[in-house]
Amino acid sequence: MLGISDNDLMALWVTFKLAAISTGILLVVCAPIAWWLAHTRWRGKVFIEALVTLPLVLPPTVLGFYLLILLGPHGWVGGTLESMGFNHLAFSFTGLVIGSMIYSLPFVMQPLTNAFAAAGGRVLEVAATLRASPLDRFFTVVAPLARRGFLTAAVLSFAHTLGEFGVIIMVGGNIPGQTQVASIAIYDHVEAMDYAAAHALALVLVVLSFSLLLSVYALNKKFKVVGVGT
Amino acid sequence: MSIEARFYLDRGAFTLDVDLTIPAQGVTALFGRSGSGKTTILRCLAGLERIAKAWLTFNGEVWQNEQFFLPVHKRPLGYVFQEASLFPHLEVKRNLLYGYQRIAKEHRRIQLDEVVSLLGLSELLTRYPEALSGGQRQRVAIARALLTSPQLLLMDEPMASLDASSKGDILPYLERLHDELSIPVVYVSHSIEEVERLADQMILLEQGKVLAQGTLQDLLSRTDLPLAHSEHASAVLEGHIGAHHEADHLSEVVFNGGRLWVTEQARAIGAPVRVRILARDVSIALTPPQASSLLNGLEVRLLEISADPHPAHIILRLQVGEQILLARITQRSCKHLNLAPGQTLWAMIKGVAVSG
Repeated sequence: MLGISDNDLMALWVTFKLAAISTGILLVVCAPIAWWLAHTRWRGKVFIEALVTLPLVLPPTVLGFYLLILLGPHGWVGGTLESMGFNHLAFSFTGLVIGSMIYSLPFVMQPLTNAFAAAGGRVLEVAATLRASPLDRFFTVVAPLARRGFLTAAVLSFAHTLGEFGVIIMVGGNIPGQTQVASIAIYDHVEAMDYAAAHALALVLVVLSFSLLLSVYALNKKFKVVGVGT
Repeated sequence: MSIEARFYLDRGAFTLDVDLTIPAQGVTALFGRSGSGKTTILRCLAGLERIAKAWLTFNGEVWQNEQFFLPVHKRPLGYVFQEASLFPHLEVKRNLLYGYQRIAKEHRRIQLDEVVSLLGLSELLTRYPEALSGGQRQRVAIARALLTSPQLLLMDEPMASLDASSKGDILPYLERLHDELSIPVVYVSHSIEEVERLADQMILLEQGKVLAQGTLQDLLSRTDLPLAHSEHASAVLEGHIGAHHEADHLSEVVFNGGRLWVTEQARAIGAPVRVRILARDVSIALTPPQASSLLNGLEVRLLEISADPHPAHIILRLQVGEQILLARITQRSCKHLNLAPGQTLWAMIKGVAVSG
């Protein structure tokens, strides 16, 4: 198919799997933290906010370097796992998921925190006086009102992970079928002076990413997503 | 059957220290200026505000004390906020049913059809809140609260954010609520006119403290309280429609001690009505005047003469039947007529406002 090798197809598959899994887990993990950040009056909140935004400004290689040390056989996490009879996480798909989650963390936290901040307040008090328990209030009032925030977070995180390179090359290495993602496969093709293969794969990424964003924005426009503060 | 509440809160600039007994029937107004603690009390009653030093029982059931706090969503109450605060993502009908669906079937005493007709909402059910006017939104908010079949309805200045015409739109509905449903209401307001139309009892607040509590008529006419000396000092007389005089477009309001002519009312004969009479609209004569354009004169007994903030004026406390009327006249007229407590006089009334 258009000069795309099986190896490249596998890299594409790994890329999408990685983006989907890390985005899914991030949304679930970040929702309660974002809720807390949006409503806490704790003074130390700024510390957490800065920490959460850190992956946005750090070079991916720095992030990848620390992760490699942490997740590798002698690292705090990897070493503990080894001593418990598991494998360490460097050069594994699980390691990649962890790396991607940290890499895309700010892209999920920001929209969710903003959406929750706007969806809180008076309507929640109203829901409480209408007998809704806290969890009930979250699912029937906050979540629908923060829908736009969830959508933005999911799209940004997915797209951002598609373009990941630095963290992956540090943590994941370059194992075809396991940890080789499309961006790294393209790099390999260029290194090997195989520009035709690089072109083909790059074009696939451009087209796929663009269609993804296009469909999301079109959907967003068609089904009026009721949001707060928009 | 009553609400017993003791709230103490010290926020430096603002101290709340109240001990209240609110009868669990009729409409009780929490009245005072802004900053007097009205809304804070209402929020404490609902559990929206959780203060440490609070004791609250509702019909003998503890809602809050030193060790216990019943969360908002477990209290059988309805709350109407100053702004309607409808759920923007739900159309009117689903807004209305939000609370209804969350109470047990056997506790659903008030049904959708009832509130829809009580508050005139049938045209609005499929609309989203953004397509409603301010007055319509507030009616939906009231209906939504009623549909939880609350044992207590708390209303925080539900008309404060509305323009005059929307207010006029909503007041009749609130009066129907008062007449047709037997839910005790605690109503926060800083508008004495609203209070006089709706309330049965009143709690007068000043800077976080209770100045007085009692029946509306009693508090309005007590000359030791600021109400009787305000510009809008007035009295409320309760009676019923005695007759309609279609030729003159007038109705007759009858009560023990007299009757008043008012502009024609669209109410049945026998229907209870409330009339509000401003002290400045009442003048005094020693004998029934023979020729006057004033329709309404009542035979009254002078109970008390008290000073008014402006030295030119005095306030007279007058008894009509077993009810009280206030008159604001000049010091000079008082001397001229030689008024003294115990006298029988004629109160000539220039203006009467009628409500349900």
